[in-house]
Amino acid sequence: MSDERADESAPAPYEQARWHDDGTYEPLLSEKDDTTVAVSSSLPDDLTRDELELPALPEPEVARHYTRLSQMNYGIESGPFPLGSCTMKYNPKFTEDVAAHPGAQIHPLRADADQQGVLELLSELQDALASIGGMDAVTLQPPAGAAGEFTGILVARAYHEANDDDRSEVIVPDTAHGTNFASAAMAGYDVVELPSDDDGRVELEALEAAVSDETALLMLTNPNTLGLFERDITDIADVVHDAGGLLYYDGANLNSLLGKARPGDMGFDIMHFNLHKTFATPHGGGGPGQGPIGVVSELAEFLPNPQIRERADGTYERYAPDRNIGRVHEFLGNWLVLVKAYAYILRHGDEGLENVSEMAVLNANYVASQIEYEVPYGPFHHEFVASADADAADVAKRMLDYGVHPPTTKWPEIVDEALMTEPTETETKSRLDDLAAAFNAVASEDEDALASAPNRTTARRIDQVTAARNPRLSWHALDD
Amino acid sequence: MTFEVPDEFRYTESHEWVAETDDGYRVGITDFAQDELGDIVFVELPDEGEELAAGDEFGVVESIKAVSDIYAPVSGTVAAVNEALFDAPELVNDDPYGEGWMLELTDVDADELDGLLDADAYEAQTE
Repeated sequence: MSDERADESAPAPYEQARWHDDGTYEPLLSEKDDTTVAVSSSLPDDLTRDELELPALPEPEVARHYTRLSQMNYGIESGPFPLGSCTMKYNPKFTEDVAAHPGAQIHPLRADADQQGVLELLSELQDALASIGGMDAVTLQPPAGAAGEFTGILVARAYHEANDDDRSEVIVPDTAHGTNFASAAMAGYDVVELPSDDDGRVELEALEAAVSDETALLMLTNPNTLGLFERDITDIADVVHDAGGLLYYDGANLNSLLGKARPGDMGFDIMHFNLHKTFATPHGGGGPGQGPIGVVSELAEFLPNPQIRERADGTYERYAPDRNIGRVHEFLGNWLVLVKAYAYILRHGDEGLENVSEMAVLNANYVASQIEYEVPYGPFHHEFVASADADAADVAKRMLDYGVHPPTTKWPEIVDEALMTEPTETETKSRLDDLAAAFNAVASEDEDALASAPNRTTARRIDQVTAARNPRLSWHALDD
Repeated sequence: MTFEVPDEFRYTESHEWVAETDDGYRVGITDFAQDELGDIVFVELPDEGEELAAGDEFGVVESIKAVSDIYAPVSGTVAAVNEALFDAPELVNDDPYGEGWMLELTDVDADELDGLLDADAYEAQTE
């Protein structure tokens, strides 16, 4: 293969497709051809136009247009994509085939009796996720991880209210995902930020000082965003439960725990599953997403309506939990996304899923051991956070020049100029070596080289300041 | 790197400044604050007539690096806001104590200023 380079530690030569040297990109189809066609319609004249600009191009020109656009892009099918906390693993193509199966194309208004297969699949997915997370009940409705957080917090609030227990605070560690703070605030809670200890973990004494009879919930990511496992997790759970609060598990980092540890066993009461991270469904931007939540049995009656269950006769039905918080998504959620996650889980099986996590952890620790930047914490789970000795944003832009996607930068803030790196389990050792070589090539370069990067990509340095100060949010702005 | 800290102004620990003018008191953010934030791309300010208590959030400054709340250094009524910042937020970077001012407050109790940092104390805080 092409990996037989003279010096394996040198990064691969890279040059992204670039079709014009003057800073312009691939023209729009409408710029390539401005054919105008007459249109006739039976609709009223004031609602219709007499003619439309419809580019008339031969099919090969259109195919080339989209191929060029794809060559100017960078994705997981171009190379490593170690965007920390995002779990940008390669999503196997067979899940698309399964979702495209004619049997999966069903109208959402069909009666339960007419879509038993759909309900059976969803019921089995609920059970599989409950088993993976150590939870008693699962709802598949929330359309994304953050929506899952919000749903989970509403469930916690409904639980406290049902106990006539008026609580006002949600505790979130400073290493948590920004969505935790936002979800808690959106649900009407005051957010109490918990500082990490020198080790990058939750400090029990600080937690004890923070909890009170106002504590509704502690939201925790474990392993946390530094890739560190909260060793005191059962003590943490006791502190929160003793104060009458609940424990919420942010499933963003579940990719490191499959088959090894379960949030339910650690004392968590509610969790969400980011299907697009751990279970290989589409990521945001192109979505749609799906962020199921699991809860312990005491909270099951508050889950959104409808839930799905198997009847005694082996058929399946939708039902409304007794004290449900209402709907959080229409119909059964983004059904085909759920089909993909289900297919992914079945194809892997217990052993395969355990292997996913083992490889994800091994790959992160391998890359951490191969790079020259300081890595202040560790050992790690599925991701590590290095500290750049330069502006992390410049480092990231320079890494593009070596044909890899950069890590997440400048977060979490407790690491100076953070480079948060998550290689995932789907990279081979030689691709991990490419990634490490890119890190090390950039580490050896001076500030000027970094500040002018990227130089080998289709789009060069973006003027973020002008873009933010004078945003052009419509394609009409291109005419200006 | 040294930052400009005018002697005649008063400062908060959260990096706002307040200065007496002929009509009332002007409020903005310091040279140190604008440098820490980097290129400012958006400023949100309150409506005229709004009454602020010392420590109240009165607006938001957004840079390419961060979004930060800004706080009233003293209590008072908003007599004017610097509308030039809506079209040219970069004035806060270019001239934080002049063209980049944010609010003009009236009904200010001058004694409240005694509780704020003077130039020396603020400078010491930023070192």
